[in-house]
Amino acid sequence: MRIAVDAERCIGAGMCALTAPEVFDQDADDGHVLLLRAEPPTAARAAARMAAGVCPSGAITLSEPEPGSS
Amino acid sequence: MGESPHAVATLPTARQPGCPFDPPAELTDARRHGPISRYTFPGGKPGWLITGFDLVRSVLADPRFSSRKELMRHHPTIDYGDIEVPPAPPGEFLLMDEPLHSRYRKPLMGKFTVRRMRLLTERVEQITAGHLDAMEKAGPPADLVTAFAKPIPAIMICELLGVPYEDRGSFQEQVEMFMNGETSDEDLIAAYTATQDYLAELVAAKRANPTDDVLSDLTDTDLTDEELKGIALILLAAGLDTTANMLALGTFALLRNPEQPAALRADPALADAAVEELLRYLSVAKTFMRTALEDAEVGGQIIEAGSPVILSFNTANRDPERFADPHVLDLRRQNGGHLAFGHGVHQCLGQQLARVEMRVAFPALFGRFPTLRLAVPPEAVALRPETADVHGVKSLPVTWDA
Ligand code: HEM
Ligand code: SF4
Repeated sequence: MRIAVDAERCIGAGMCALTAPEVFDQDADDGHVLLLRAEPPTAARAAARMAAGVCPSGAITLSEPEPGSS
Repeated sequence: MGESPHAVATLPTARQPGCPFDPPAELTDARRHGPISRYTFPGGKPGWLITGFDLVRSVLADPRFSSRKELMRHHPTIDYGDIEVPPAPPGEFLLMDEPLHSRYRKPLMGKFTVRRMRLLTERVEQITAGHLDAMEKAGPPADLVTAFAKPIPAIMICELLGVPYEDRGSFQEQVEMFMNGETSDEDLIAAYTATQDYLAELVAAKRANPTDDVLSDLTDTDLTDEELKGIALILLAAGLDTTANMLALGTFALLRNPEQPAALRADPALADAAVEELLRYLSVAKTFMRTALEDAEVGGQIIEAGSPVILSFNTANRDPERFADPHVLDLRRQNGGHLAFGHGVHQCLGQQLARVEMRVAFPALFGRFPTLRLAVPPEAVALRPETADVHGVKSLPVTWDA
C-alpha cells in the first residue's frame, strides 16, 4: 500500500493523526498533515485505510502497488 | 431517478416524551422512508431534508453546497418573510465558503492539533478535579450543569483564547443567552451587542499587550481587529456551548444506562471509544444547513440551484444502514466514524479539544461518585427546545451517597 497526502486540501482536523498515529502526524506550526510513512508496515495498514476513509477533506489517497511490483 | 420523494410537512419542535436522547420521531420516520425528503419551508420555499448517513456525508463534502450566511434566507421553522440576510461578519468562517473560509481557518489549524490538545490533558485534569472537589465539599445534591458541565469547557476555551478569569462569568452568561433557543429577540440583540463590545476590547488589549494565547498569536498575522473579533466570537460560542451540553446530556444518558458507566469503570481503556459513542448517540450539534449553488443530483433527486437543504446530523448518526442497533448506547461499539463533528472543510476545528475534555471528565466524574444518580425522576429533567442549535438539558439535578 502506498499513501499520498495533499497538504493543500488538508483542513487540519487531525482525524488522521488520531486514527493512525504511526503513519500520520500534524505539522506543529500550521497543523497540516505530515506523512510519516508512505509505505506503512502491515500492522499499520488497517488504521491507515481507516484514516483515509475518515479524513474530512479527502486529503489522503491510497494506492495499491501494481501486481508484480512490491 | 425521478421517483417521487417522501415529503415532510412540518419539523418537530420537541422530542417524544421520555426519549430525551433520540431524534424527534418525525425525523426518524422520514429516514425510514429514505435518506432524502422534500421539505417546504415556512413561507412556501421548497427545500430538502437529508437524514441518511451517506447522503449527509456526501453533501458536506460537496463544494456545490454552500455554507454562506447570505444564502440562508429561509429558517427551517420560522417564516421571516422575504428577508435579505447579510453575509457573515469578518472572521465568522463557519458561515463562509472557500477561499474566504481558508483565510481564517488556516492560521488556526496549527493551534488545535491532536498533539497540542493532548498537552492540555493535565490542565483539564486539574480543572476537573477542582470542580469535583467543590461538589464533594458542598455535598449532594448538585446541578451538574453549573457545577461541572459548563465550567470545564468554559475555562479551557477562555484560557486558550486568553479571556481573563475575572471576565468569564458575565461573558458566559451572554453567550448562553444566544444559544439557549428561548431568549427574546430584544435580549438576544442586547446580549450579542454586549459580547461584540467585550470582544472588541479584548482584541485591542491583546494587540497592545500580547500574552501567551491564541488570540495574541493571531495579532501577528495580517488579520484585522474586526476579523479577530469574529474569530474569537465563533471559537467562544462553539467552544462554550457544545462540549458543555455533551458533558451534561452525556451524564444523563450514562445514568439512564447504568451498565455503561459500570463498564467504563471496570475498563478505563474504554474511554476513547466511549467518547466517540456518546458523540454519535447524542449528536448535540444536531442540524446544519447548506444551500445548493447549482442543480445537483443527490440520492436520485435533483436539488435545484438556490434550494435550502437541512442536514440532520443526529438522524444520520442513528442510520441503521450505517450502525447496527443505532438507538442503543454501547460504549464498546467501534463506530468507525460518525458525523457529530460534521465532515468536509467545515469539520469541527475544536474537536480534539472537545475529545480531551470529555476523555478526562466522564471517567473522573463516575470515578469520584460511584453512586451518582438523578435527584429527580428522569421525566422531570428539562430539555432545551428543538429550536436551540445545540441539544441539551437546562439543568441536571444529581445526588450521591456522601
Ligand atoms: C463536543 C463538542 C463539539 C461538537 C459536537 C461540535 C460540533 C461541530 C460541528 C458539527 C461543526 C461543523 C458545522 C458545519 O459543518 O457547518 C463544528 C464546527 C466548528 N467547531 Fe465544533 N463542536 C464541538 C466543540 C468545539 C470546540 C470545543 C470548539 C472550540 C475551539 C469548536 C469550534 C468549532 C469551529 C471554529 C467550527 C467551524 C469550523 C469551520 O467552519 O471550518 N467546536 N463543530
Ligand atoms: S484527517 Fe485529513 S484534513 Fe484532517 S489533518 Fe489529516 S489529512 Fe488533514
